[in-house]
Amino acid sequence: MLNAEIYVTLKKTVADPQGLTIKHALHSLGHKEAKEVRMGKLVKITLDIKDKKQAEKELEGMCRKLLANPIIEEYSFVIKEE
Amino acid sequence: MKFGVVVFPGSNCDQDCFYVIKDVLKKPVEYIWHKETDLKDFDCMILPGGFSYGDYLRTGAVARFSPIMKSIIDFADKGKTVIGICNGFQILLEAGLLPGAMLRNKGLHFICKHVYIKVQNTGTRFTSLYKKNKILKIPIAHNEGNYYIDKAGLSGLNKNNQIVFRYCSCDGIVSNEFNPNGALDNIAGIVNEKGNVLGMMPHPERSAEKQLLSDDGFFIFKAIERWLKTK
Repeated sequence: MLNAEIYVTLKKTVADPQGLTIKHALHSLGHKEAKEVRMGKLVKITLDIKDKKQAEKELEGMCRKLLANPIIEEYSFVIKEE
Repeated sequence: MKFGVVVFPGSNCDQDCFYVIKDVLKKPVEYIWHKETDLKDFDCMILPGGFSYGDYLRTGAVARFSPIMKSIIDFADKGKTVIGICNGFQILLEAGLLPGAMLRNKGLHFICKHVYIKVQNTGTRFTSLYKKNKILKIPIAHNEGNYYIDKAGLSGLNKNNQIVFRYCSCDGIVSNEFNPNGALDNIAGIVNEKGNVLGMMPHPERSAEKQLLSDDGFFIFKAIERWLKTK
């Protein structure tokens, strides 16, 4: 079994109203050092796969087909052994 | 002539669409469950508003893989008429039948109110009964209506005259001030390049009778009927 963590965020070129709102909230709490905030999603998947290469291939497919919308989002993932 | 209203798990404007076609337009209409795939009896498919699959992941992202969507894509490829309203529009975007994507509203609020939109293109089968620049009073009810497309995509939409509706003031001023959700270029509705697929965030089925403050939306359905008759 392999564990995957997939991160999906809006592309840099796409405005992120949630991230902006969180930034304002952090600033109002005194955290002026929060220079840029981007909000995203974390998807955790346990894979019934042993081979890491194979897992990468499947995860790429999942991200492209469903987990991320390539028009507005970008994705990355890490794979950890159980 | 027969209309179909697709019902996804979580659709909630399906009954309003059905009612408008059956009792206001007075044309045959049927519900069609998202697991069905046979559309041969239908001339126009309506993807209604709602919260298909609870809006999980992204609006429309899961509904886009419902069995019926393959048939909807074939149906659209044949040049038949498809209209997606609100969540239906979001599903059409995810399915790639229309270009672009939806982001969360700029103010992060779910907005439910009447707005004004301007008819920018009267050359479509959906808008042929409006005069150019006609202003419609029509309700919106959404959390993700902040339309986005990249620069090249936007110039393509403009070049092909695919932008059908833009948010505006009651007297037709198109500007940021009258943009409820941050949508790029005030876009409220677009058609595909062939002009047979319309997606719009406002709800014409909720503004199809005078008793409901406005019947401006009715003429979209009436225009479809007229277009189907002349085929």
